[in-house]
Amino acid sequence: MTELTKLTLSAARDGLHNGDFTSAEITAEHLNAIDDAKELNTYIEVTSDQAMNMAASADAMIKDGNAKGMTGIPIGIKDLYCTKGVHSQSASHILDGFKPEYESTVTSNLWNDGAVMLGKTNMDEFAMGSSNENSYYGPVINPWRATGSDKNTVPGGSSGGSAAAVAADISIATTGTDTGGSIRQPASFTGLVGFKPTYGRCSRFGMIAFASSLDQAGPLTKTVRDAAIMMESMAGYDAKDSTSINVEVPNYEAALTGDIRGLKVGIPKEYHSDGMPAAIEKLWQQGIGWLKDAGAEIVDISLPHTKYALPTYYIVAPAECSSNLARYDGVKYGLRVAGDSLDDMYKNTRAAGFGDEVKRRILIGTYVLSAGYYDAYYLKAQRVRTLIADDFKSAYQKCDVILTPTAPSEAFNLGDKVSDPLAMYLNDVFTVPASLAGLPGISVPAGLSSDGLPLGLQLLGQAFGEEQLLNVADVLETAAGFNIKPAKWWGE
Amino acid sequence: MSNLYQGATGDWEVVIGLEIHAQVISESKLFSGSSTKFGSEPNTQVSFVCSAQPGMLPVINDECVRQAIRTGLAMGCQINLRSVFDRKNYFYADLPQGYQISQFKDPIVGEGVVTVDLEDGSTKDIGVERLHLEQDAGKSMHDQHPTMTYVDLNRSGVALMEIVSMPDMRSAEEAGAYFKKIRSLVRYAGTCDGNMDQGSMRADVNVSVRRPGEELGTRTETKNVNSIRYMMLVIESEIRRQVGVLEDGGTIAQETRLFEVATGTTRTMRSKEEAHDYRYFPDPDLLPLEFSQELVDKLAKEMPELADAKRDRFIKDLHITSYNASVLVAEKESADYFEELLAATVAKTAKPVSELGTLVSNWVTGDLFGALKKLGKGITESPVSIEHAAELLNLQVDGTISGRIAKEVFELMLETGSSPETIVEEKGLKQVSDTGAIETMIDEILAANADKVEQYRGGKDKLYGFFVGQVMKQTGGKANPQVVNQLLRPKLDG
Repeated sequence: MTELTKLTLSAARDGLHNGDFTSAEITAEHLNAIDDAKELNTYIEVTSDQAMNMAASADAMIKDGNAKGMTGIPIGIKDLYCTKGVHSQSASHILDGFKPEYESTVTSNLWNDGAVMLGKTNMDEFAMGSSNENSYYGPVINPWRATGSDKNTVPGGSSGGSAAAVAADISIATTGTDTGGSIRQPASFTGLVGFKPTYGRCSRFGMIAFASSLDQAGPLTKTVRDAAIMMESMAGYDAKDSTSINVEVPNYEAALTGDIRGLKVGIPKEYHSDGMPAAIEKLWQQGIGWLKDAGAEIVDISLPHTKYALPTYYIVAPAECSSNLARYDGVKYGLRVAGDSLDDMYKNTRAAGFGDEVKRRILIGTYVLSAGYYDAYYLKAQRVRTLIADDFKSAYQKCDVILTPTAPSEAFNLGDKVSDPLAMYLNDVFTVPASLAGLPGISVPAGLSSDGLPLGLQLLGQAFGEEQLLNVADVLETAAGFNIKPAKWWGE
Repeated sequence: MSNLYQGATGDWEVVIGLEIHAQVISESKLFSGSSTKFGSEPNTQVSFVCSAQPGMLPVINDECVRQAIRTGLAMGCQINLRSVFDRKNYFYADLPQGYQISQFKDPIVGEGVVTVDLEDGSTKDIGVERLHLEQDAGKSMHDQHPTMTYVDLNRSGVALMEIVSMPDMRSAEEAGAYFKKIRSLVRYAGTCDGNMDQGSMRADVNVSVRRPGEELGTRTETKNVNSIRYMMLVIESEIRRQVGVLEDGGTIAQETRLFEVATGTTRTMRSKEEAHDYRYFPDPDLLPLEFSQELVDKLAKEMPELADAKRDRFIKDLHITSYNASVLVAEKESADYFEELLAATVAKTAKPVSELGTLVSNWVTGDLFGALKKLGKGITESPVSIEHAAELLNLQVDGTISGRIAKEVFELMLETGSSPETIVEEKGLKQVSDTGAIETMIDEILAANADKVEQYRGGKDKLYGFFVGQVMKQTGGKANPQVVNQLLRPKLDG
C-alpha cells in the first residue's frame, strides 16, 4: 500500500478535497517511506509527531471547507529554511544545536495554507555545491543509477536532499533554494520539475543566507502543475525582506492553458558548448521541435556575455557569502570551540565548523573584496552582471521565453568531482546567467541520457513572467511525456 | 589672531578634523523594531535582527532617515536623494553580524558649512564633509568576570549619525567650538540628545601638525572621545607629542590612538599596518535609500527654530541684550524655559513681550541661573516652576513687591517651594504704596533729623540716600521706592 506516495501534488490535492483519503493517511505513508529510504540520506531531521499533528489540522481545514492547494500535502523543507523550534542549520557543523525561535516567511505561508512538514532535507552546506557532497551530514544519494550500474550517483546540489526526496517518493514536493542553479540542476539530475521564480518573488526572511542578491526560494515537484500550485503558496511580498517586490501573486495554475501558439521561443547560440554530451544537444533540438509543433515560433538569439557569467558568479556569490557567514563566530549560537583569546576562539570555531567548500568560498570572497582587489574583481563583476542582465533585456525584445539545457551533464557518480572544484562549478554554466539577471527559470524533465539517467531542459522567463513560463513548461512537459521513475534499489 | 603653536625650533600649524558620532533620537533601532531606551537591563532590547540570528534581514527605520535629513538641513548641508548602505566587515564579539551596516561611498548627507563662535567674539566657518547613517555596535563588558568578557547587545543596531568635518580647525578652542555648535544643532533639531556622559555623542579626533604654509602632516586619529574637555586635552597633548617627535627629527606614524583619562594623554591603539581592511561593499540585503525632494522640503518646513535664529529673534523682537540672548540659547532647555516663562509672564501681566523681555531674561540668566549653579542643578531640574516664577515676576511688574524684595521672595521660594504670593502674604512683604502713610513717616523722619535736613539743604546732596534708607528701614524695605521719591524730594527741597 504505497500508492499514496506516488501521487503528484495536484492529484493528492484533488483526492484530499474529494475525501478519497486524508492528510493523516498520506502523511503516515510518507513517514513510512522515509524510514525505508534512510540510506539515501535525504532527510537530516524527520519531524514525525509534528507532521501528524499538522496533518490532523489540515484534515480539519478540509472538513471545514477551508482547503487550499497545499492543504494536507506532506512536504520536505530544505534545512536552510528557519522553522521554529526545529533543526535549521544549513547542513553545517557550525550551527550545531541551533533551533530558531522564528519561522521563515516562505514556510509560514505554506503552513498557513495547511501544508504538512515531514522534516528538514539535506543539502550542500550553506547551499554551496552542485552535488550535495558538501553536507556535514554526509552526501545525499540520488535514487537514480545508470542502467545496469550499482554505483551511487549524486542528486545535484545544493538542494540535493530536496530533489532526491521527491524523486524517491518520500515527499510529494519539497522546498529548495536556488542561488546559481541549486533547484534547477538537481531537478535535472533527478527527473523532476525545479522552479526558481524571479528574484524578489519570494521573501528571503528566515532563509539562512548564502548570497543575498541571488538566493531565491522555489519548489521541487513531480510536475509543472505541482510547481504552479506550490509557488502560489510560497510567493508574496514581505515587508521583512527589503528586496522582496510588491507584486500581486497570480493564480499560477490558471495560467496553464496549454496554448502557446504564436509565442516566441529564443534559442541562445552561446549555450552550445563543445564538450556537451550529444544526448543533451539532441534533447535540446527535440525540445525545440516540441515547442514548434505546439505552435511556438523559434527565434535565434544571442546572449553575448554568457561566457563571463560563471566567473562573475564565482566572484559575486563568494563576496556576499564571506560577509554573510561572518556571523557564525561561536559567540552567540551554534558551535563554539574554545581558545586562549577571542581571536583563537574565532579561528578554532570557524576552522572546525565550516567544511572545505565553504572555507574556499569565504577565502575567495574575502580576497575579491580586499583593498586593492575590489575594483579589479568585485566591481568589475558587478559591471559584467549588469551587462548580462542587459543581454537578457535585449533578447526579450525578440522572444518571450528562452529554451536551453539545464545542465551540461547527467548525474555523475558520487566522488567523481569532489577533488576538482572547477569541474564542479561548470555544472552551473547554464543556470547561473539567469540567476545573475534575477530572472525566473524552470527545469523540466525531458528525456534520458545514454546511461539511462534523467536530463532536463531549462526554460527562462522575463521578470515576473512566471505565468507564461509555467505555461510553456507545461506544454514542454506534456510533449516530452517523461514518466519514468528510478528503479527502487533502496530499502526493503 | 594667531593659532600657531610655538615649538623649540619655530612655529607649527595644527590641523584638526573631527568625526562626530551622534546617536539618533528614535523609538527603535536603525534596522529593527527593538527599543533604543538607554539604561535598560543588559540584553533586554535585542531582536532577532540585532542579534544577527541566521536568516534575519535588516529593514530601514524611516524615522532614522528623517532624523538624518533634519540634521543635514540644520547644518546647511546638501541632502542626497539617493544613498547606499554598505557593509563594513570586521570581527568583534559585540558586533553580532560580523559587519556594521554603514554608508561608505554614497552618504545620505553631503557637504555644508557651519559657523562657530569663538571666545574673542569672532566667528569661523568650518566645512562639513558628510553625514552618514550607521549601526552602533553592542557593548563588551570586561569587568563582570575574572576571565570572561560579557556582551550587552542593547546598543547593537542603534542608529548613529557620523558627522565628518573638513580638516578646517586650527586649535583646540576651534575644535571645541565646532563640537559645541554641532551639539547645539542636533539638540535644537531634536535629532540627538547630545548626552555625552551616556555616550550619545562622541568624537574621533584627527590631529596633524605642519610648518605654516607647508603640505599637510601625517595625522593620528584618537578614538571615542566623549567630552569636550577631553577632546581639547587630546588635541593639546597630540600637538605637544607630535611637535616633540618632529623637532627631535622623528616622523609621525599614521595610527589610531586612545585617550587615557588618568594621564590626560593618548597612547597607540593600533598602527597603520594593523589597521583593518573593512572590505566595504554595498549591502545586498538593502536597496539603495531613495526619497523625494518633496520629503526634504516638507522636513525643512517643519524644522524647529535653531539657536542662531532664536538668538537673533530674542534681540530683535524682545529687545534683550546680545549677551543675555547668547546665554539663553546656548542650551535648548534654557531657551525653552525662558520662552515658556516669558509667555506665562505675558499672560499674567497682560503686558507686551517687548516690555518684559529684559526683566524675564535678566531674572533667568541672573537670579535663576545663579541659584541653580549653587544647587548644582540643571535648568530641567529647576526647583521653581514656570508658574511660580511668572507669579514672582508679575508681583514685581504690578508693583506689589520691589526688585529687592523679589530676590528675598525667590530665596524663600527655593527654600520652601511655596508660591510667591503665599510668601509675600505670610511674611507681609507687600510693598507699601500708600502715600498718606509714607508721607506721615517722612514728616516724622525729617522732624527727628532736623540737623541732617539742614546739612542737606546746605548742599550735602548725598544725604538724600540717608533719608530714603530711613524710610525703607521703617517699612522693612516695603515702601514703594517711586512713591518715596515723589514725596521725599519736594519736602527736602521745599
